[in-house]
Amino acid sequence: MQTYLFDGSMEGLLTAVFEWFERKPGMVVLRNQALHQPDAFEQCFHVISNEQQAARVWKGLQQRLEKGWIRRLTCAYLSEKPDVHDHLFQLICYLFQNPPGAEMNYGNEHVLEVAQTARKVEREKHRMEAFIRFQHAADGIFYCGIDPDFNVLPLLGKHFRNRYQDQQWIIYDLKRHYGLFFDLHTLDEITMQREEENNLMNSKADVLSEKENLYALLWKDYFKSTNIPARKNTKLHVQHVPKRYWKYLTEKQVEI
Amino acid sequence: MSERIREKLNILADAAKYDVSCSSSGGTRKNDNKGLGNSHASGICHTYTEDGRCVSLLKILLTNHCIFDCAYCVSRKSNDIQRAAFTVEEVVELTMNFYRRNFIEGLFLSSGIFKNADFTMERLLRVVKKLRLEERFNGYIHLKTIPGASEDLIREAGMYADRMSINLEMPTESGLKLLAPDKSHQEVIDPLGMVQRQIVQFKEEKKLIKSVPKFVPAGQSTQMVIGATPETDKDIMQTADTFYKNFSLKRVYYSGYIPISNDNRLPMLGSQPPLIRENRLYQTDWLMRFYGFNVNELLNDANPHLDIDIDPKLSWALRNLHYFPIDINVANYKMILRVPGIGVNSAKKIVQARKFGKLRIDQLKKIGVAYNRARHFIKCADSPYQLKDYQSTQIKSFILAESQSKYLKNDTNQLILF
Repeated sequence: MQTYLFDGSMEGLLTAVFEWFERKPGMVVLRNQALHQPDAFEQCFHVISNEQQAARVWKGLQQRLEKGWIRRLTCAYLSEKPDVHDHLFQLICYLFQNPPGAEMNYGNEHVLEVAQTARKVEREKHRMEAFIRFQHAADGIFYCGIDPDFNVLPLLGKHFRNRYQDQQWIIYDLKRHYGLFFDLHTLDEITMQREEENNLMNSKADVLSEKENLYALLWKDYFKSTNIPARKNTKLHVQHVPKRYWKYLTEKQVEI
Repeated sequence: MSERIREKLNILADAAKYDVSCSSSGGTRKNDNKGLGNSHASGICHTYTEDGRCVSLLKILLTNHCIFDCAYCVSRKSNDIQRAAFTVEEVVELTMNFYRRNFIEGLFLSSGIFKNADFTMERLLRVVKKLRLEERFNGYIHLKTIPGASEDLIREAGMYADRMSINLEMPTESGLKLLAPDKSHQEVIDPLGMVQRQIVQFKEEKKLIKSVPKFVPAGQSTQMVIGATPETDKDIMQTADTFYKNFSLKRVYYSGYIPISNDNRLPMLGSQPPLIRENRLYQTDWLMRFYGFNVNELLNDANPHLDIDIDPKLSWALRNLHYFPIDINVANYKMILRVPGIGVNSAKKIVQARKFGKLRIDQLKKIGVAYNRARHFIKCADSPYQLKDYQSTQIKSFILAESQSKYLKNDTNQLILF
């Protein structure tokens, strides 16, 4: 069995599919070359990303699949899980080898794995839509720093752009060191220096707008008074709002 | 200033929390005026309270002054509590600023009745109009219809709100008469029907003229209090079913009664709210809406109450063992949906996947079927051959033995001798 090594990009993955159909080497596993540990007897083949080949494969996929499935492939890729590349590769090869509609075969392990991974990514994206809490800074921009489990920032832009058209905002991924900035007209990708990033997380009163603390306080009050103590159900609460997200949430911050 | 608004928010959020409706779904408002807010088709729960209920809307009363004296309500006239009232500007400002910070999906505005119904409704209308027209707010607005308000006011409110609701409060007329002698179901039915007819009419016009404005795009809902009066589950669900059918409601909410007064017509202070019962009612509601069950199959004169220890779908299956086992690889979708342990998503996946080959146990498990529960009711490609036919009590004890209820901490199973 051969090992295909690629550079970890979506383009590289699609090129690998192209190469596989060019050579038909039988069973192959796809690995990211940055993470690959070679063993003594394996045959390696380095896939060199090729824009045109990747575009051809992508076009073929778009002809075969519905929009929902194209999105699933993208989502699964954004999960950044180590073995998802191989599943995606196997799935795409499987789709091209079978008549249209093969993506419905949930009995196939790659179909199911990609569908389930995509679902996890969508769930994380939805959680971010819910748990992002903007802070209004003195310079008029609404800030938020996040570190989601998966790289969901590319999926978030549209939602927030549609929603907040009359305010400037920044959503910054502190784990992957890039962010989105909306300046009332266009949405751009930005990167910040490390010191600026640190400022995002522990913002002090002097950089915040004057009313910010009042609204944070009002929100905490609201969160408290809307609770019904007689129905307390901590297990359910933590299930819906897992503890790893508490650091974003205004209502979960301890009052200083 | 800030102290006063904090105090008001505390009082009026506290008074509004017994309204359980929290959904922010179904809105279709788009941010096409460079304003604030854009509705999300499935709604977003921005956080959850410590009792596990979602918080997606800023749920407040405009005021908790009320001329009525309903025994089940905290804001009743005779109750000695702090009273407060928001101004229109305060509600608008709170909503806008919370929304800007992504705290909420929109506003849920209700109110106690002060002076009379029209006066109250007119105030509510002023809030939504200011939000929509002056602040260009496109978020979700859930507005209470005030029973008895004039038709014109309700119709105008419907042009700005996404959802409107009126609470039935008690599942039966007799229950309502007992606790709130001034109210009747008819007062609820009239405006529900009015709004429903308007929704239908606007939809018809929309088909011909594209520019017809939206009218209550997310539909109507209602709420019933459970456990305050001695209704059976059958009464409750049949009322719900009638309202779903007659007014095409989006949701009926069931709210377990939380004791708030010493009134001897009501459960004692300090008694536990009926959480399990509430959960079972919601399960039944889902079975009716998404699983194709008829209310009479689940609740009838022979079984007026839902089982507390098992869910209604399992309990239906155990009463109707003659339908089972079904073969997962040939049975139709409707029947697969009725198997305990298989949900809507799994059922759809099964129907898709079996076109490519017979499904096996391991595949079913991966697809997401609760196999330990479902295996008593299904056959698939590699089901083990079974000589013995089990009785429903035996199957029930098997399932209970290997599952744990999230409510019952101690095992209360009775041993079965035969």
